[in-house]
Amino acid sequence: MQVFISTLIDGLNQGSVYALIALGYSMVYGIAKMLNFAHGDVIMVGAYALFVSITQLELPIPVTFLLCVIISATLGFVVEKLAYKPLRKATPIAVLITAIGVSYLLQNIALLVFGSRRKMFTPFLKLGSLKVGGISIPMISFVIIGTMLVIMIGLQLFIKKTKTGIAMLAVSEDKAAAQLMGININRTISITFIIGSALAGIAAILYSAKYMTVDPYTGSLFGIKAFAAAVFGGIGSIPGAMIGGILIGVFEAMTTGYLPGNLTQASDGFAFAILIIMLILKPTGIFGTKRIEKV
Amino acid sequence: MNLLEIKNLGISFGGLRAVDDFNLTIREGQLYGLIGPNGAGKTTVFNLLTGVYRPTTGKIFLKGQNITGKSSIEINKAGIARTFQNIRLFKNMTVLENVKVGLHNRENYGVISSLLKLPGYRAAERRIEERAMELLQVFSLEEDAHHLASNLPYGKQRKLEIARALASAPTLLLLDEPAAGMNPQETAELMEMIRFVQKKFDVTILLIEHDMKLVLGICEEITVLNFGCLLAQGETASVLKDPRVIKAYLGD
Repeated sequence: MQVFISTLIDGLNQGSVYALIALGYSMVYGIAKMLNFAHGDVIMVGAYALFVSITQLELPIPVTFLLCVIISATLGFVVEKLAYKPLRKATPIAVLITAIGVSYLLQNIALLVFGSRRKMFTPFLKLGSLKVGGISIPMISFVIIGTMLVIMIGLQLFIKKTKTGIAMLAVSEDKAAAQLMGININRTISITFIIGSALAGIAAILYSAKYMTVDPYTGSLFGIKAFAAAVFGGIGSIPGAMIGGILIGVFEAMTTGYLPGNLTQASDGFAFAILIIMLILKPTGIFGTKRIEKV
Repeated sequence: MNLLEIKNLGISFGGLRAVDDFNLTIREGQLYGLIGPNGAGKTTVFNLLTGVYRPTTGKIFLKGQNITGKSSIEINKAGIARTFQNIRLFKNMTVLENVKVGLHNRENYGVISSLLKLPGYRAAERRIEERAMELLQVFSLEEDAHHLASNLPYGKQRKLEIARALASAPTLLLLDEPAAGMNPQETAELMEMIRFVQKKFDVTILLIEHDMKLVLGICEEITVLNFGCLLAQGETASVLKDPRVIKAYLGD
């Protein structure tokens, strides 16, 4: 039982980070109708920003967090402006390939600047742990899960209650009609990228606080899994991204925790197998809505 | 005073001249009709007026200001709003949210203040909400405010499209076949509503319509388009008697 609970909490943890990243994928897909495969690499850049500001610049911790989020958000904004905006009228496949290109570009820049060796953080969030009935739960777990919940709710409110949020919904449904109502499409898409990338920055902080490492490929596997989570939950849906992220995180923790010896190595494979089965049964994901295109 | 002036407007799609040498002047406060057989280019004129298409030739002036070739956003800000022939509501959003989209440009506060929930943002959001509800009340849609737009019956969807267009406080409202798909009873109500809207919102209206009863009933003047060209223009009843117009509609 104790093992189960600590594995579950581990999974919720991991899942919360996936959920934050999945939100970025989902929002960008919902509004700009593109898969931003470079999204995962934004986390990696954010993590390096955090690494440099903590270990080399030795800035106060809150400042490093802020810096990490600002750099991530700026990166998302710049990538959209330089790489995706010129392709607004191009085919989806051209945009997709560009996104993959941006992803490799960011990884290679990181390789060039920081080398391929894994960098270790010095512990920067010392929170201790909480003992509940013989199980020791690190406080960071609560911080991670709590942060994810707060962001989820905040984002839902932002989208439902502000004119920028409503503009996002409108753009996501019908760009041309939204434009005729006076909504600036480019601005709305920029804001989406900024918010999505800021969330990636927060994910970078949470990830680094828990695992304390960063390398040029940190973002890509993470990004792919979070993307799977977004699809799993129903891409374009905010609650979907959260549920999808949590499910994938918990599933991964469980397979790593309970599968016998050699099989744990394949836990990523299991996660994706579940995704495939899920998509066969419900192609739109858990919260996805079917769109019938009129011809 | 002239609100809208269109001079020698034309657009080609490849080799096809969809609209050619089109001229139109609408005075402030008019209720003006644009008619013509299917494929005559009426909706193309609307698309040119709202910046969906850029004209190949000609100029468009709104209140004397040249708006030719401006973007849809700029044109909306300049004061033109429209509805669509095939209803284009934001179907997965609520009725209230649809109207709020139209109000988008009326309140200016930045993203930062909305993220930080500054007092200015709250006040602005409250104004948007109130204004949107007022508009819905005018169209007796307030009870449907929180329903999804796609769940409204057809007639109400048409009304909501007009409410959404009016939300951006236009000086010129373009209605693209507002009576399409309506029965005679609904059409009669619609005519009343268009008159009412024109007075209440002090807006000039240009409408495309196939229902001649509606056109005769509410439009003071009309223009007839045929194969992208201006066929006849003037006072409604006399234009409709014009042999060329009858021929265009009925053939020889």
